[in-house]
Amino acid sequence: MSSPLRPLPIWADVALIPLINVAAAFVISGFVVLAIGENPLEAVQILITGALGDLEGIGFTLYYATSFIFTGLAVAICFHAGLFNIGVEGQAYVAGLGAALAALHLGFLPGYSLVIVAIIGAALFGAAFAFIPGYLQAKRDSHIVITTIMFNYIASALMGYLLVNVLREPSQMNPETPTFSVYGQVPQFHELLTPLGIHWPVTPFNLSFLLALAAAFAVWVVIWRTRLGYEIRTVGANATAAVYGGISPARVTIVTTLLSGALAGGMAVNVILGEEHRLILEYTAGFGFVGIAVALMGRAHPVGIILAAILFGILYQGGAELAFEKPKISRDMIVVIQGLVVLFAGALEHMFRRPVAVLLARRTTSPPI
Amino acid sequence: MSILYGFYEADSGEIRINGEPVRIRSSREAISHGIGMVHQHFMLVPPLSVLENVMLGAEGGPLLAEGAGLIRKRLAELGREYGLEVNPNAIVGELSVGLQQRVEILKALVRGADILVLDEPTAVLTPAEADQLFEMLRVLKGERKTIIFITHKLREIMSLTDRVSVMRRGEMVATFDTDKTSPPELADAMVGRKVILKIDKGPAHPGRIALEARNLVVRDDRGVVRVDGVSFILREGEILGVAGVAGNGQSELLEALAGMRPPSAGEILVDGELLTHVQSNPRAERLIGIGHVPEDRHRVGLIMPFEACESAMLGFHQERVYGRGMLFDRRAIIADAQSKMKAFDVRPPSPLLKTANFSGGNQQKIVLAREIERNPKILLVGQPTRGVDIGAIEFIHKRIVAQRDAGKALLLVSVELDEIFALSDRIIVLCAGRITGERRPEDTNAQDLGLLMAGVSERAA
Repeated sequence: MSSPLRPLPIWADVALIPLINVAAAFVISGFVVLAIGENPLEAVQILITGALGDLEGIGFTLYYATSFIFTGLAVAICFHAGLFNIGVEGQAYVAGLGAALAALHLGFLPGYSLVIVAIIGAALFGAAFAFIPGYLQAKRDSHIVITTIMFNYIASALMGYLLVNVLREPSQMNPETPTFSVYGQVPQFHELLTPLGIHWPVTPFNLSFLLALAAAFAVWVVIWRTRLGYEIRTVGANATAAVYGGISPARVTIVTTLLSGALAGGMAVNVILGEEHRLILEYTAGFGFVGIAVALMGRAHPVGIILAAILFGILYQGGAELAFEKPKISRDMIVVIQGLVVLFAGALEHMFRRPVAVLLARRTTSPPI
Repeated sequence: MSILYGFYEADSGEIRINGEPVRIRSSREAISHGIGMVHQHFMLVPPLSVLENVMLGAEGGPLLAEGAGLIRKRLAELGREYGLEVNPNAIVGELSVGLQQRVEILKALVRGADILVLDEPTAVLTPAEADQLFEMLRVLKGERKTIIFITHKLREIMSLTDRVSVMRRGEMVATFDTDKTSPPELADAMVGRKVILKIDKGPAHPGRIALEARNLVVRDDRGVVRVDGVSFILREGEILGVAGVAGNGQSELLEALAGMRPPSAGEILVDGELLTHVQSNPRAERLIGIGHVPEDRHRVGLIMPFEACESAMLGFHQERVYGRGMLFDRRAIIADAQSKMKAFDVRPPSPLLKTANFSGGNQQKIVLAREIERNPKILLVGQPTRGVDIGAIEFIHKRIVAQRDAGKALLLVSVELDEIFALSDRIIVLCAGRITGERRPEDTNAQDLGLLMAGVSERAA
C-alpha cells in the first residue's frame, strides 16, 4: 500500500519541513487569537515589529536567542546519544550559582580573567548537576527523563534555600546576591559600541551571543568531526553496535550529560553574568524547557538550533510587545505557540513528511502513462 | 503459527476448521474458533495470580467477582479431568517454568480450545517437566483435542506425535505418519538436499592452536543458560564450522568469544594464553587480533543511518590512521573506506552513501572488508551470507577460504548446512547449548548432521 518513497532532498529535510511545522503552529495560534477576538494578522504585525522593528527590539531578541542557543544545544547533544535531558532548566539554574560564586569570591583575579573563570564556574556547576542523572542512567538504568525532571525541583529548592538563607546580604530584602564587580560581568554590546561612535540602544544583548555561536560551532565539530562525537552518535543510533565497536554506552552517557550540563551553563553566562550581574531567584524562567522545543525544531543540528533560537527570541520579545499593546492577548499566547511548535516539530514531525515527499516525487518524475 | 492465531493475516490461501473456511484476523477470533496457543515465551503476567491470568481477556463483565467464580470452578473441573492441578491463588511469577506452562495450557482450555498449538514447548523445560507435559498432552489427545506440536527435536516427534509435517524455509516439504517414518528420514527432509555450492578449496594445513574454549557456559539476557559447557580448539589455517538449528546457543557462543557477552563459567585461550577479564571486551580483543563478523549486520555490525565510511571504521575508530588526537581526519576516513570498498567490490563504491542504502550483500561486504582488511589472526564469522544474493555469496565464500589459506584461524557459525559443508574443515554441532558431535565434512552427510542438530546424540561407534 505505502510504497517506500525516496528520501527527501536535504534542503527539504532541513529547511522545508521545519518551516511547514512552524507555519502550522502559527496558523493554529492564529485561530486561537481569532477566538479571543483579536485580528491575527495585526497580532503578527505587532509581534514582528516589536521583535525586529528597531535596534532595541533586535537587541532583546538576540539576548533571548542567546539563552535559547545554549539550552537548545544542551538538549540536542543529548539527543545525539539517544538521551532526553529534560533537566536543562535545573542545570542552568545551578550553573548560575557557579558563575555567581566565582564572580563574587574570586575578586583577586586580575581584570577580565575573573569573568572567564566565572564562565568556567558556570559550566562546571551545570555539568556537575547533570552528572548525577547521567551517572544514574549509565550505571543504574534510572531513566534520565524521570531523574532530570526531579532534579529540576531539587535545583529549585536548593537555590531557593541558598539565596534566602546563605547568599543574600543580611541588609537585603530580596533573595539575591550582591552585584558583581565590573570584571565579573560579560560586557554588553552598547557598552562596547558607544565608545566606538556606533549607536546601539541600551539592551541586555551581550558578548555571550558570540560565545553561543562559538559553542554551536564547537558542538558541530564535536558531534561530526571527533571520536567522541562518533561514539555519541553510535550509542544514540544503535547501542548494540556501539558495544560491538568497543564503545562503552555507560561512559558515553555520562560524558554526554556532562557536556550537556556545561552547555546549559551558557545560559547563566548570558543572563547572570551578562545582564543581571547578580544571582536572582528562578532566573531561568522556563528557558531550559524552551531548549527542548528549540532542539526539536532545529533537528538537533547547531545551524538549525541557531535559527530556531532566533525564532523563539522573536516570539519572546515580540510576544512581550504584543501583550503590552493588546491586553487581551497575554504572554501565555507565546506558551501556546511554543507548545504547538513542540507538537508539530517533535510529536508530529513526520506528519508533513509524506505529503511533501509525494509532492516532490510528482514534480521530479514524469507521470506514468 | 502467528497467522493461525491471528497475529498476522495471511496474504493468500485459506484456513479451514472442520472443513469450514474461516478468516482469523485477531487472537479473539482464533479463540472463538477453538484455537488455543501456547507460546514459546509465555504470554503471562508474572505479578498476577493464576486465576487472574486465566481470566485475562475473559473477565466476563466490568465486575470481576462473577467471572472469577466461574473460572475458578472451570479451573477446578479441568484440574480433575486432565490432572492439571494448579493453585488458582498462586502468583504466576513464583511458579516453576513447568507450572507456568501448565497455566498457559489451562488458559487455552478454559476458553474452550479444541485445537492446541504448542510452539517449542520443551525448550524451557527440564527433562522431567517435559515428560510431565507429554503425559498431559496424551490425556488431552484422549479427550479428542487436536494438538499441533512445533519442535525441532526428533525424539519428541517420535515419542509423541501421530503425524509429522516438516517445514523448511516457510514451506511444508513433507508429511509422514510417525510410525512409518524414522529419524534419519525426517532429518533428511529437515535439512533438504540442495545443490551444494561448490567452491575451489584445497586441503587445510592446520597449524598451532589459535583459539581454545574450555567448558564455556554463557547465559542470555534473561539468565537462561544458552551455552552449556562447550569446549573446542581452533587451529591456524582451518575453518571450524559450528552447525545447529538457529537458537541453540551459537549466537551466544559467538558473542562470548568476541567479548560482547561475558561467559558465566569456563575459559577462553588465545594463542595458549588465558583471556583475562580485562581483555574480554570487543576493543581489547580487536587489539590482540580477533576479528568478528557478527551474525546480524543490521542490529550489530553496522550503523544504518551512518555514512558507509563511518560504518566501515566501527570498532577501529580509535586508530591513529583516522586522525590524531580528538579530531578525525575526514579525508583519511573516506580514503580508507574507498580502498576497503574497492578491495571487496562494494557497489556503489560511495563512502558517503548512507549504510542503509546499500543492498544486503554490499552491506555484508562492508563488514567483511572492515574485519578482514585489519588482518586479524582469528576471525569469528556469524551467518556470513544471510540475506545476501547468490553472486555475493560466492564472493564472500572465496574471501573466507582465502583467509584460511593465509593461515588465519576461522570460526564459522551458520545455520545453512550448505555453507557449513562448503567452507568447513571440521564441523561441530550444537544442540541446546551442548556440542552433540564433531565431524569432518568428508566423513559425514546432511542426514548425519541433521540428527546431531536435532539432539540425537552420538551413535555408538
